[in-house]
Amino acid sequence: MKTLALVTRNRKEILRDPISLVFFIGVPLVMLIILSVMQKNMPYNLFEIEKLAPGMAVFSFSFISLFSGMLIAKDRSSWFLTRLFASPLSSSDFIIGYSLPLLAIALLQSAVCFITAFFFGLSIDINVLLTILILIPSAILFIGLGLLLGCVFNDKQVGGIASMVIMLVSFLGGIWYNLDMMGETLKTISNVLPFVHSVKLTQTVLNGSYSEMNSHIIWVLAYTVIVFATAILVFKKKMDSDNI
Amino acid sequence: MQAIETTNLVKKYGDKIVVNSLNLTVEKGELFALLGGNGAGKTTTIKMLSCLSKPTSGDAIILGKSVVSNPKDVKSKINISPQENAVASNLTVRENLELIAGIYGNDKNAALSKVDEIISTFGLTAVAKDKAKTLSGGWQRRLSIAMALVSEPQILFLDEPTLGLDVIARRELWTAIERLKGKITIILTTHYMEEAESLSDRIGVMVNGRLKAIGTAEELKKLTNAEKFEDAFIALVSESEVSS
Repeated sequence: MKTLALVTRNRKEILRDPISLVFFIGVPLVMLIILSVMQKNMPYNLFEIEKLAPGMAVFSFSFISLFSGMLIAKDRSSWFLTRLFASPLSSSDFIIGYSLPLLAIALLQSAVCFITAFFFGLSIDINVLLTILILIPSAILFIGLGLLLGCVFNDKQVGGIASMVIMLVSFLGGIWYNLDMMGETLKTISNVLPFVHSVKLTQTVLNGSYSEMNSHIIWVLAYTVIVFATAILVFKKKMDSDNI
Repeated sequence: MQAIETTNLVKKYGDKIVVNSLNLTVEKGELFALLGGNGAGKTTTIKMLSCLSKPTSGDAIILGKSVVSNPKDVKSKINISPQENAVASNLTVRENLELIAGIYGNDKNAALSKVDEIISTFGLTAVAKDKAKTLSGGWQRRLSIAMALVSEPQILFLDEPTLGLDVIARRELWTAIERLKGKITIILTTHYMEEAESLSDRIGVMVNGRLKAIGTAEELKKLTNAEKFEDAFIALVSESEVSS
């Protein structure tokens, strides 16, 4: 009941902000539509829907980092978190309370993304369902990033920092173009970061190329565990800190 | 019966002693005001008593439980209205109250019943469906105190509850606080002498982290040969500042 009360509050707090809805669903959706329309008029395959839709699903998660970070930073600055820290809620109540509604939003984003892609030629089969499932670790990774940013930065800083995550995903995630176009240095940096692996993992599952997913899933899971565990540790430290 | 008993309570930040060997006893049902200038240690004391900050040394026994060794039990018996309003801005007044009732372990029916009662007691019926962010400062503060009370705490900490409010809103809150007198134990910090004098059973004056004097407003006036309570407070604070 305690955790559910916090889950409900965070869900309402996020979804009642029209700006967050625009970014969670609107921006990825509009970009998917625009790029798919552009592809129809191109003589070569740049934005194939089988590659674009998974990439856009991962890209939409980057906005979860932004808004979850802003929510926590705002809860800190408004003393709302101070009120909650004086309550009997445990650290696991807080982590679940903030993460669960964001995970639900992430699943919704993925579903909307693939349903939209269907209208641009994507086949809806069992692979789409598996793709949504395989996106869960990536969603947890981005939620963890948001928790971490919200704990470390204040409500004025967190927007700027989270925007850098969105830019990194956008430029180094291999969503819009082949990373071979970027040169060796940037390609190496991209491969060290988790974003391109999230995109490629999602693309391989959607295309049914399961044998190719191992090299990417290790990166995604490793980053997810490290980032989320760090977020939990930092949050716990914040609970014990005099400076909330 | 004692609600609060502190023994040599100390809080240090680095070399700076913010609360210095505080020995304080508050009886059950008492309304106790903590006064002091900026940086006197009032808020830090409240934070330690409400388990938001760990004492550097010493202990506080709240309703028989130690804030050092048993903070979870302490937290279930107390509640706090922090300096800032600390409300969930996108939730309605009713939803804010339901959230806190849920967090303190009430099931849905119990929460609804308690929320109805507190809305009626605090005169919040007219704004019950309004989002917290649309309320004026006075109404938000009233909601903040109602949120602290909906969990039916045995001890309520009010940290500068009327800070920044106009005179009408302040007087309305005084009436609300006066209605609680004798029913629960209240610890109040304030910068307003009139507020402390008219509301409190006893007053403690803190200077440089130490409890300089304690007693009723009349006793403190006699102690300093002052006619007005404000003069008594200034005499106590100035005396210490000169000697320190």
